Amino acid sequence: MWRVATVIALRDETPTARTLTLDVPDWPGHIAGQHVDVRVTAPDGYSAVRSYSIASAPDSHAQIELTIERLPNGEVSPYLTQVVAPGDRLEVRGPIGGWFVWRTEQYEPVQLIAGGSGIVPLMAMIRSHVSTKNTSQFRLLYSVREPEAIFYRDELGALSKDKYSVGLTYAYTRKTPKDWQQPPGRIAAALIANATWPSVLAPTCYVCGPTSFVENVTALLAASGNERDKIKTERFGSTGERK
Amino acid sequence: MTFLPSNYLDGNAAAGELSKIFTLDLTAAEGQCVHCGARNRFADAHVYMQSPGVVARCPACQHVLLRLVSVRQRVFLDLRGMTYLSLDADQVQSLESARSAS
Repeated sequence: MWRVATVIALRDETPTARTLTLDVPDWPGHIAGQHVDVRVTAPDGYSAVRSYSIASAPDSHAQIELTIERLPNGEVSPYLTQVVAPGDRLEVRGPIGGWFVWRTEQYEPVQLIAGGSGIVPLMAMIRSHVSTKNTSQFRLLYSVREPEAIFYRDELGALSKDKYSVGLTYAYTRKTPKDWQQPPGRIAAALIANATWPSVLAPTCYVCGPTSFVENVTALLAASGNERDKIKTERFGSTGERK
Repeated sequence: MTFLPSNYLDGNAAAGELSKIFTLDLTAAEGQCVHCGARNRFADAHVYMQSPGVVARCPACQHVLLRLVSVRQRVFLDLRGMTYLSLDADQVQSLESARSAS
C-alpha cells in the first residue's frame, strides 16, 4: 500500500548526503532497522522505486527520517537530495522488513558494523536504544571512505562519550584523519578482533553496506566464532542505490 | 567454474515487492533450497532486481528460489525452488488477532 508523504524538513549530513523528514499520514509505526520503498513519478508517467532505510527511532509521531546518499549516476537519488523541497510529496510503501531489525526487548550485546551509507538503519537502532534507555551494550564499527564522509558525526561523538550509549570505532578506506594510527584499508581480521565484541558474549551482529563489504565482514565475523544466525545483514547495490 | 556475480542484493531489498502478494514479512521466514537442501532466512537470499522482475537465489548454491514477474495485467510467482517456507508462529498469530480486531 502506497501512502502519500509530505517532505517537511531537509538537513545535509555530508556534501553528498541529505536527510529528509517526511510526514506520513496513518503511519503505523516502525521498528529500528526497517526501510521504506519510495516511488517517484515523472510528469510523463515514468516511475521508479527505490528502497531507503529509516534513520529515525520509532516515536509516537507520524514522521520518519530518511538519509539518502547522492550517487553520480543515480536515477532517483539526485532528485531526492538536490531537487525535493519542503512541501513536496512522495509516495512511500512500508515499513518493510522483520529480520534486519533491533527490538527494544532485546538485551544481549549488539555489534553494529556499517560500510558508508549502511550506517542509516544502524543509526535508527542506536537512537532507539538511547531513547528507550535500553541497557544492552552497543558497539559500532563504522567504515567510511574518508573523514568527510561520516554521517551523524556530532551526534555519534556525543553519544560515544557515554559508554552506556554506544562504543564507537571508525575505520577509513581511502583517507584517514591526521595522526591516525592505521593506514587506510578495508576491514580486516585484526580490526574485528580489536573493535568488536568477542564471540563468547554471543552478540547479535548487524552488518549493512555494499554487497562486497557485507560479504567480507560476514566472513570475518564467522571466522572469529560468531554463529551465522546471529549475524544479520543488509546489502546495498554496487551502484549504491538499493535497487 | 561457477559464475558468481557480485551485483546481487539480498532478500531485504525484495520485501517491498513481495508485500504486494504476501501479507506477512518474508525476510524473517526460513526457506529450504530444493537443489542443495540449505536452509536460510529469506533475508539472506541473493536477490537480483535488474531483471524484468525479482529473482532470488540460494546463497549456498545459487539455484533459483523464487521469481516474481509482472507482465502486462498478470503477476507471475514461481516458488518451485523452495521445498518449504517456515514462518514465525507469533507473527501469524498477531496477524490473525489484528484481522479479528478490525
